[in-house]
Amino acid sequence: MQSTTCMDTPHFDVRDVAHLVRLGLTEEEVSELQPQLDQVLTYIKQLDEVDVEGIEPTAHASPVYNVFRADVPRDQFTQEEATSNAPQSSNGLFLVPKVVEG
Amino acid sequence: MDPSGLTIAGARRLLQSGELSSSDLITAVDAAIEKTDPQIDGYLSRDYESARAAAENADTSLPLGGIPIAIKDLINVQGEPCGCASKILEGYTAPYDATVITKLRAAGAIPFGRTNMDEFAMGSSTENSSVQITRNPHDPTRIPGGSSGGSAAVVAAGEALASLGTDTGGSIRQPAALCGCVGLKPSYGRVSRYGLVAFASSLDQIGPCTQTVEDAALVLQAIAGHDPQDSTSLDVPVPDYSAELEAGVKGMKLGVPKEYFVEGTDPQVAQRVDQAIEVYRSLGAEIVEVSLPHSKYAVADYYIIATAEASANLARFDGVRYGHRAAGAQDLSDHYRRTRGEGFGREVKRRIILGTYVLSSGYYDAYYLRAQKVRTLIRRDFQEAFEKVDGLLSPTSPVPAFKIGERMDDPLKMYLADIFTIAANLAGICAISVPCGVAQVEDKNLPVGLQVMAPSLEEGRLLRIARAYETAAGL
Repeated sequence: MQSTTCMDTPHFDVRDVAHLVRLGLTEEEVSELQPQLDQVLTYIKQLDEVDVEGIEPTAHASPVYNVFRADVPRDQFTQEEATSNAPQSSNGLFLVPKVVEG
Repeated sequence: MDPSGLTIAGARRLLQSGELSSSDLITAVDAAIEKTDPQIDGYLSRDYESARAAAENADTSLPLGGIPIAIKDLINVQGEPCGCASKILEGYTAPYDATVITKLRAAGAIPFGRTNMDEFAMGSSTENSSVQITRNPHDPTRIPGGSSGGSAAVVAAGEALASLGTDTGGSIRQPAALCGCVGLKPSYGRVSRYGLVAFASSLDQIGPCTQTVEDAALVLQAIAGHDPQDSTSLDVPVPDYSAELEAGVKGMKLGVPKEYFVEGTDPQVAQRVDQAIEVYRSLGAEIVEVSLPHSKYAVADYYIIATAEASANLARFDGVRYGHRAAGAQDLSDHYRRTRGEGFGREVKRRIILGTYVLSSGYYDAYYLRAQKVRTLIRRDFQEAFEKVDGLLSPTSPVPAFKIGERMDDPLKMYLADIFTIAANLAGICAISVPCGVAQVEDKNLPVGLQVMAPSLEEGRLLRIARAYETAAGL
């Protein structure tokens, strides 16, 4: 089997993946999650037993594709409502830490 | 009055005859919560004043006129908290009504109370709530199931007539089974998810937790149907679910999947379900053994697909537009890391990491694509089974309620709590859990649930099969 289609890939580092997904972990969390997720990955490797040759993937369970609706303005949130749950906002805008060095 | 044991159908009769007012009903439910919830901790919050105000204007001629319904904490009810039992949404106030809430209000119902859950619906015990642990009304040292544990526990404890939950891999049916109430997962696409905080978008469905199958039919009737705001909701007619409810199962063929009666199922659970199957036989149904050969892969398949979708859905919690924001960030990337690190609990982190991994470059084909193909095989098993039978019968959960803390250090063992419920979500079919007796454990009578499954969009048939057992068993 090719390495891209079966689960014979042992390298799994919780820290690397947490970085990809911008998720801060404490050292304690890393040492707890690594063995637990190693165990779960070992469990899900049983899917390698299944012959999926020629089988179409199922993305979701109902045969609905490309649903369209008219693109017309509707009464939705006001700017005030849209920002009402923001941790920090100003002048109807969301405030974030500086993104671009200037 | 004491609302415990009062069904929706029963309350409707009292409301319509004028023996009970909707305001008195709200007050009675509020008093029951006040009295009982300190032992259960099923509710996170409730807004008595707004519910009372709605009750003053209740139109009891409507299908659910004046009936209070408790809502799981991840469905938006305008003006109320919607925290998903997560620190990352602490203080969040819903700016709009979910479509199911709009529909419930249109049917005359009154959303009353927010129920506890596993954070972002990830779990099978409600222990992953960042707020509190909910206790099983039948034994407070045990879990109520999850993730809709609060929704099931408050109905079982007589603190709500009915509630809404969500089911991604068994999250309505499993807690309903463990608490001794009825839990319905509608078919994928039957109920709009607009206004539901998404966990796994190809699997999530909203459904009712009730005391009877009749009540489940009443709530489903109110919430089902197409919604232009949710492109995955199906544009097909909604039948009258009460019309054939009492039609019975005589002449029906009911399948018993042999893979669902395997080692690892509690002997008392297996015995109760076997007895329920005999009840169906005595009612004139033909019982046949069927095979769902790919069922054994359902849990593994689910933990790839559900976590992959969750990792994408939960990317929106970034501390910018709503929710928790960490202090002291050095830059934007640091802001995300700290905010999400502080805001998400342990199980949510586990699933985000697993989901990110199975979608990541180099591993996508091996995990996610393969899982989607196995999903096709799981669906096919059901399609083939439903060519031979009208419905399927199985246990809902392999075990009765387990002890608080028992599985918290072993995620895989926790995941296996959903071994009989997950396949229905992967296949998109409808399924329901109905109480079928008790298991005696340590001098406690713990409820056992019978699962009935039917083809996609055949909720009418599903409810009819479930109702036949409920009536015969004298529940």
